[in-house]
Amino acid sequence: MAKSARLLRTLVLLSAIHILVLGAGFFGPYDPDVQDRELPFAPPTRLHWVDARGRFHFRPFVCPYVALTGRFGVYKADLRQTFPVHFFVRSAERRPPGVLHSRWHLFGTDDEARIFLLGTDEYGRDQFSRLLYGGQVSLLAALVAAGVSVGLGLLLGSVAGFCGGLIDGISMRLTELFLALPWLYLLLALRAFLPLQTPPRMSVFLFIMLVGVMGWAWPARLVRGVVLTAKERNYVLAARGFGASDAYLLRRHVVPQTFGVAVTQAGLLIPRYILAEVALSYFGLGVGEPLPSLGNMLAEIQPHNLTSSHWWMLLPGVALIPVLAGYYSLADALHERGGLVQV
Amino acid sequence: MVECLVGAFVGLALSSPFATLWPRSSPQTEELLGTDGEVGRYGGRLVVAERTEPKTLNPVMALDDVTLEVVRRMTADLIHINRQTQRTEPALAKAWKVSRDARRYTLELRHGVRFSDGHPFTARDVLFSFRVYLDEKVHAPQRDLLIVGGKPIQIEQVDPYTLQFELAQPYAAAERIFDSVAILPEHRLEKAYQEGKISAAWGLQTSPDQIAGLGPFRLKEYVPGQRLALERNPYYWKVDRKGNQLPYLDEIDFLFVANQDAQAMRFEAGETDVVSGLNAENFAVLEDQQQHRGYRLYDVGPGLEYDFLFFNLNDLGSGAPAEAVGKQRWFRELKFRQAVSAAIDRSAIVRLVYRSHGTALWSHVTPGNKLWVDSSLPKPDCSHARARSLLEAAGFHWDSKGILIDSDGKPVEFSVITNAGNAARTQIATIVQSDLAELGMQVQVVRLESRSLLDRVFTSHDYEACVLGLVSGDADPNPEMNVWLSNGSMHLWNLVERQPEWPWEAEIDHLMRQQATTLNLAERKRLYDRVQLLVGENLPLICIVSPNVLVGGKSDLGNFNPTVLGDYVLWNADQLFFRHDQGFKNK
Repeated sequence: MAKSARLLRTLVLLSAIHILVLGAGFFGPYDPDVQDRELPFAPPTRLHWVDARGRFHFRPFVCPYVALTGRFGVYKADLRQTFPVHFFVRSAERRPPGVLHSRWHLFGTDDEARIFLLGTDEYGRDQFSRLLYGGQVSLLAALVAAGVSVGLGLLLGSVAGFCGGLIDGISMRLTELFLALPWLYLLLALRAFLPLQTPPRMSVFLFIMLVGVMGWAWPARLVRGVVLTAKERNYVLAARGFGASDAYLLRRHVVPQTFGVAVTQAGLLIPRYILAEVALSYFGLGVGEPLPSLGNMLAEIQPHNLTSSHWWMLLPGVALIPVLAGYYSLADALHERGGLVQV
Repeated sequence: MVECLVGAFVGLALSSPFATLWPRSSPQTEELLGTDGEVGRYGGRLVVAERTEPKTLNPVMALDDVTLEVVRRMTADLIHINRQTQRTEPALAKAWKVSRDARRYTLELRHGVRFSDGHPFTARDVLFSFRVYLDEKVHAPQRDLLIVGGKPIQIEQVDPYTLQFELAQPYAAAERIFDSVAILPEHRLEKAYQEGKISAAWGLQTSPDQIAGLGPFRLKEYVPGQRLALERNPYYWKVDRKGNQLPYLDEIDFLFVANQDAQAMRFEAGETDVVSGLNAENFAVLEDQQQHRGYRLYDVGPGLEYDFLFFNLNDLGSGAPAEAVGKQRWFRELKFRQAVSAAIDRSAIVRLVYRSHGTALWSHVTPGNKLWVDSSLPKPDCSHARARSLLEAAGFHWDSKGILIDSDGKPVEFSVITNAGNAARTQIATIVQSDLAELGMQVQVVRLESRSLLDRVFTSHDYEACVLGLVSGDADPNPEMNVWLSNGSMHLWNLVERQPEWPWEAEIDHLMRQQATTLNLAERKRLYDRVQLLVGENLPLICIVSPNVLVGGKSDLGNFNPTVLGDYVLWNADQLFFRHDQGFKNK
């Protein structure tokens, strides 16, 4: 029961994160590529419930930031002007580069003011909206890449384990090679080798294919291990005795045994691929501007002084923590549970 | 065109007690150049960070700023432009005479000067050097600057220490030609030249005893990827006011720190002694700390650098893919370029990228060049409306989603390449991308490593648009010749052509050649003003902004006088010194 509860909690957390991220257009008040050039590096907007006269309002309000003259990136809140926060705001039609976008937003404020929950970056773009849209790209890319890796690993591992002999030998030597190679450098080298002038969406696709294909080795080995045991089981031998073909045996009896391992592996690979995207973006080889991703948002904080003077730029890194923790926890829970699942 | 005799600085025979410290023979026969700076103390190692390794140690092939910064510390020229006064002064030539028709310059060389390996310097080395630079097969970048009136300079040796330079036409800034034309050692490079291999000579791996120069320093060692160390040249021919031989520094170490931010960090930590090319963010942070940390920062004012966006207008040849040809049709359309220029928000770029330590530009001469800038040029504000009407007039239209479509129905999208190591250019490209997105153009910003970027622009011409910057070597228009001449080696937007393709290009060619031979300053200015106007109207380079020169140096460093002209902090490396003992520098 405790195991189920843990699995349930993890799934709820991850679902919440993914719903938040998929609904970036709804939960985020602004488009991720809109530059507010008067407000670069604006700090997170404070929400006020008590106005200057001491009256309490149920509806929170924001005060606009005004740049101090002569100083770059230093602002003072103008407390005399107040703009209420509205909920379920409708905005003008735009084409933001995201998976799902909508004209309705959960919250927003009047046009003259801005509500930057997590501040802005150097171009005045809302970090909160960019975080959500960036999460879309990063999480989705990692998910699909993990799917590619596990899929490839399943295919090659089960064929290797089932056939044995030369095919098995070659496949396993290949996995050893892939595991021995320093994956980060290989990734960088391969990415730099491919055409650099790719539109942002294409660069996401390239990343998925590259990382996904490179990561097949470990799942393949695990799957092979399971297949080696599974193919010796009594019911498999019995089925073979009844004249079942190899393909039938694989499909019906052997491969379903591997699902537990495969899913657990996917749960472990996803955080690793999220971090791979962050690493690639740090070197400028990740997702192209202006499409945000967790990686290129973190790459923006390379200038060392940024984190001391503009601390909110670190928040995408902090936001990664529940995501990674959630996936590792999921992999753990599945391992405890799913590794023993019999189909 | 008056015969003039330029007074030479008095050479001092070294008779001070320091004579015994340096390995020199017969000091009385040397003629040394005295300098004006504060008298300093000997010793110390200057540590400088460079963004990348120099590409070569060969003065003939040195082209990019990092290579030049290293090579110029090891070489010397005949007549030098003082970076602070911006005037010419004697260097290896101690005096010169100009003929009445301003076509013949007779230079007298210093006697008794030796190369850094001890070999004597004579007129033969000068003859050899100019022969190499002017040889078409060598493809030296300086060749363009040594061609006056369509003909290369003629040199004749009058006696072992006197040379005559003959120009085909009177040349306005003839003295300035000699600056940074490094004199090569014939005894070291003659063989390579005879074999036709001189452009490959003196690569980074060359051992120090193979290299000889006349500059204040000579190569000590090179550790690939880590540092390049120069040591004092014991035969250097300059002295300070008290007659002490220069340079004061024992050594200059160049470290390779790829990132501007990492460079600023190391300077802040005290690991490097000077820093130049600071970006505005680092400047702001360092400025706050300067009281406590023993260094000082300087905003020297607008420099000569101009940052711009340009399109690939090279003739792609018959084998080019149709897509590339189609895109180039847009770039070649003047109204397209004008629309792009109208859409760029220059004031936002100055504010956001350079934190107001910069100036917006509409043509290539910056306000830092007070003598030559044409202040009457139009400076139109950013206007999307004007950009849209220009695009409409050029046959573009917008679809229902707001994407710009050309007359063939193709959506307008292209990539802009820029230097990955230069955060400011990437930011400029990102802001331009956002501005052009308002017009419905899809622009991708691609960051490339510097060598790969230069390869695409100069060699393979495999790019669509590029954000780059150029720094003029001198305030005078003449060093810019190879940018503006149609067959020039820096004619970035169209390196393939040898002849001007458009009437305005032909006019610029003509104007540049004419101003080079006009001696009247006011007339030259008028001609060059017209060049600036043509550039601003026809936009081969869409000039965007000019950053101020931001540098820093340790407070302990004497004679530290950063300038706006190139080699901002190291131009007087031979006079830099540390006021106090540096102690142990662990590197």
